[in-house]
Amino acid sequence: MSRADVKTGTDLSRRRLGQAVGAGAALSLLGACATPSQPTVAAKPLGRVVVVGGGFGGATAAKYLKHWGGSSVEVVLIERSAQFVSCPLSNLVIGGSRRIEDLTMGYQGLRERGVLVLNDEVTSIDTAKKRVVLTKIADYSYDKIVVSPGIDFMFGDVQGLNDEAQKTILHAWKAGPQTVALRAQLEAMPDGGVYVLTIPKAPYRCPPGPYERVCQVAHYFKTRKPRSKIIVLDGNPDIQSKKALFLAAWNGPYAGLIDYRPNANVTELDARNRTAVTELGDRVKADVLNVVPPQRAGDIARTTGLVNANNRWCQVDWVTMESTAAKDVHVLGDATFPAPAMPKSGHMANQHGKVAAAAIVETLNGRTPQPLPMANTCYSFIDDKSVVHVASVHQYVAEKKTLEPVAGAGGLSSAASELEGQYAVAWARNIWNDMLT
Amino acid sequence: MTNQRAAIAAGAAIAAMLAAGPAAAQDAGRYLAGNCANCHGTDGVSAGGMPSLAGQPKAYMVGQMQEFKAGKRPATIMHQLSKGYTDQQIEMLAEFFSRVPRK
Repeated sequence: MSRADVKTGTDLSRRRLGQAVGAGAALSLLGACATPSQPTVAAKPLGRVVVVGGGFGGATAAKYLKHWGGSSVEVVLIERSAQFVSCPLSNLVIGGSRRIEDLTMGYQGLRERGVLVLNDEVTSIDTAKKRVVLTKIADYSYDKIVVSPGIDFMFGDVQGLNDEAQKTILHAWKAGPQTVALRAQLEAMPDGGVYVLTIPKAPYRCPPGPYERVCQVAHYFKTRKPRSKIIVLDGNPDIQSKKALFLAAWNGPYAGLIDYRPNANVTELDARNRTAVTELGDRVKADVLNVVPPQRAGDIARTTGLVNANNRWCQVDWVTMESTAAKDVHVLGDATFPAPAMPKSGHMANQHGKVAAAAIVETLNGRTPQPLPMANTCYSFIDDKSVVHVASVHQYVAEKKTLEPVAGAGGLSSAASELEGQYAVAWARNIWNDMLT
Repeated sequence: MTNQRAAIAAGAAIAAMLAAGPAAAQDAGRYLAGNCANCHGTDGVSAGGMPSLAGQPKAYMVGQMQEFKAGKRPATIMHQLSKGYTDQQIEMLAEFFSRVPRK
């Protein structure tokens, strides 16, 4: 790109920004009439908030900054993908009962709310000068920044999982092209084949996710490829979530299909032979090898210096979601070092987004943010219709400066049911709506 | 954490908001309602498949939540989630939702 191009790009983006803010302010004023308690209306925005990452955390933060802050907050959401693809329900694409298109949505709803949505990638954040550097358009300054980068993988922890191997050995742990590609591998696999799923040691994104995936693949095998088998190599000593409910399916409708092996941490691959090698030296050959590598906070959190827990995760203040490493930087979602018993889930990230949005709106308006509780609801599909849940409520404990799950609240389904299947679908519809419209 | 400690924490937060004025207390209910929006829609206006909480009379909403909490009203999940909120928080939620226009 020539210098002239850069300049043109800058002017264009400024003009677009002006239009979007103007339109946003008008929309917010209209919106204010319909809401019960009116957002603080300011003639000029009190500050610009840049949100990095348009997933469950970031999109929710952007939406609620506008919903609660109205025209007092200028919101810029920067997301490298043109569209959002939901991880929740993506195991159903692998199982074959949903299409990826069903889980793919645009950011138009946020634009209509007055959020400036930029399809670009943040290459660096200067927390001292309060600026972000982008790849396509000019840098942006901010008053507050929300960093919601999700996870990136520690491919180096699995020997042999190099760039070449990654072309055929998929994780499908970020919904999108890999989800579709894994489904294609399963479809291409002959009946009688072996699907091997490897699970990293906790913490990882979506604790019940791997076990739900096992159910989805088992459902597909049972109905279409009944001579096939599943081997689960779990780096953990046991099933990490909803254990009894998953076992009820594995020992019930899927009996004989699933070989579950705990304490089987995969540290090496022979990609050419589609063979996983565990820490203890066991070699397991697959027809379809699905390796979910260990994870850490997304790259931008690391390069910005926000990773300050176990060299993997970002510590935050649980009243504001502000990073403990940098001022005016709020970190959300899977990238955070969690409060006790807080899972890395999309639902949780949505809750983080709201807490951050409330704290930023309060602060910009000269008030002191107050602690808020957070809830988690997580549904897992046992087949194409039956579902189980785990739920929890987390309240702030002032003397410990963290949230803790409320004893006696939350819990699990008593058994899988189609009624919960309907609620799971309704949950997805409502949470996507809550974050994107 | 115990319910009692949650109640103290919530009580302190509410006291701080009341000290800051009625607008802040109202905002507190609005922010708190973010806990429900994931399933019941933004401000309790459901996108479908879940009941809308928007516009429900306050007394009805408090009554339902207390019945869930006491295990008197059967549910798939609300009997578990309702126990996570203090009576004071339930009052604030019900107050907020009762003021949202139904769509």
